[in-house]
Amino acid sequence: MLTARNIFYDYPERQVLRGVSLSLAPGEVLAVLGPNGAGKSTLLRCLAGALSPKGQVELDGRALESVPPAERARLLAFVPQHVPPRLPMTVFEAVLLGRRPYLSWRPRQQDLEAAWEALSLMGLGELAHREFSEISGGQRQKAALARALAQESRLLVMDEPTSSLDLKHQLQVMTVLCALAEERDTGVILAVHDLNLAARFAHRVILLHDGRVEADAPPSEALTEESIRRVYGVEVLRMEAGPGTMFFPMSAASGTA
Amino acid sequence: MEASEAKAGIEAYGALTGRRSARIAALGALLSLAALFSLVVGSSSTGIMDVLRVGLDGVIFWELRVPRVIMGLLVGSGLAVGGAVTQAVLRNPLASPFTLGVASGAGFGAALGIVLAGAIAKWAVAGGAFSFALITALFILGVARMKSATPETLVLAGVAIMFLFSAGTSLLQFLGTEQQIQSIVFWSFGNLSRASWTDILIAAGMILPALPALFLRAWDLNLLLAGDEMAASLGVRVERLRLTALLLAALMTAGAICFTGVIGFIGLVGPHVARLMVGGDHRFLLPASALSGALLVLVSDCLGRTLFAPHMVPIGIVTAFLGVPFFFGLLMRRKREFW
Repeated sequence: MLTARNIFYDYPERQVLRGVSLSLAPGEVLAVLGPNGAGKSTLLRCLAGALSPKGQVELDGRALESVPPAERARLLAFVPQHVPPRLPMTVFEAVLLGRRPYLSWRPRQQDLEAAWEALSLMGLGELAHREFSEISGGQRQKAALARALAQESRLLVMDEPTSSLDLKHQLQVMTVLCALAEERDTGVILAVHDLNLAARFAHRVILLHDGRVEADAPPSEALTEESIRRVYGVEVLRMEAGPGTMFFPMSAASGTA
Repeated sequence: MEASEAKAGIEAYGALTGRRSARIAALGALLSLAALFSLVVGSSSTGIMDVLRVGLDGVIFWELRVPRVIMGLLVGSGLAVGGAVTQAVLRNPLASPFTLGVASGAGFGAALGIVLAGAIAKWAVAGGAFSFALITALFILGVARMKSATPETLVLAGVAIMFLFSAGTSLLQFLGTEQQIQSIVFWSFGNLSRASWTDILIAAGMILPALPALFLRAWDLNLLLAGDEMAASLGVRVERLRLTALLLAALMTAGAICFTGVIGFIGLVGPHVARLMVGGDHRFLLPASALSGALLVLVSDCLGRTLFAPHMVPIGIVTAFLGVPFFFGLLMRRKREFW
């Protein structure tokens, strides 16, 4: 259980988060949406403990900063937006790094198995022994996700985990995350740009606008033509299609940001 | 099907780590051979039979050859492990303690010692080198502490320091007497021939304790390669690790060069040779770097002693001639091996 109460975060030149509150329950998939600069990444980094905001962030009822880093790593996994393009190791070794919170020197059989399972969940089994630096950008992103899965934490905080992925792999990743939420009660919070992806997979959506929560509700309530116009400054056509809700951008609305 | 795939995948990893351990053992064996060879090779031709026959009584053997080889082992492992750690900490395959300006600092300190106390006052020379290496390292640590400091900032700070100390050393040469200039130039070549047992004790005291301290941080160094945020999210106290590792690397560098002078490229080439052999996992990379660095130093020193015998070429010159082409080779092969 991850809770943020009225958090504020300032960079030297500007205020980014202005009183954000949210909670993430086990088994829940929560999508954070909002235009560029709305504060999505900052919010996720605050939730993951990478930044220390004003206000309270609590992990299982304890102040996040009071949880020792090694223990936090067993409870919460974070996937930053940027994956380093080069690592002097194989894909499997890169994923095995996710077992660090459990390792002393030599990885035990269960560490190797957990890493392998995470790797194959992301469909990277065939690339396991390739050099990390040689695989494609999308594959590297999936390897970073696999590393977080190998961590076997109860919470996953992911900053745009699908940004470098093609359509098929976006679906694959979202399906895996939803399955983890359902089968293992993992709580997932992720930043996404794709409204359709959020509407289809998220249980709940947080719409951020200028560092404030504009909406915090199931996708069908949070993502309306009206709220999207207000937040993104874009006219969209919302349609109920076969598997769910679809959004078609029409034009940039006039007179808004 | 899936279970057997997992089994095969995990076994393949086991085989990989097995190969790495075997290569480290092979490096160790090679290093032992090189050390034995170094003991019997020299401009004064003490053959292996002579060594065995003269044995304990051989002054050349115990006061020249043995200290030289031990110093070579210490210097090589200290520089290479320091280099490997610096590369991880700065996430920069081209970094080494030299890139941070620590060597330039040491060079300036030595020159200052020579000018102030004279070349015979060995302690002043070594002490000067050591203090300025530490001052440089502390300055770099200060830069690293700044919130906005990226790995690039550190390398640039190192370059700036290098310019500063080069200018300082030139100024000292400009002001110094002819004899002092000669000593400064001699120190700047890097040379193992002056190693005494006292030097060795002090260098060992600076290098050997740092080795296990760094080995114990191998996993955290691995994580640092994956990015600060990633490492932090996996439980690493990133700033503390970076500062500790840099300080230990600086200590090893100072220990390695304060009695021998600047021996370049070992800190850069050693870790790369090791990485080619055992990959980037620091559990294997650090021991392999120690061994390959020591091997490079012993081989370079043997070459320096034998190529133009009876003249001895200082090791620093040999490592520069060997190191620069290697460095270019690394740049050219960048796509695969440049991590």
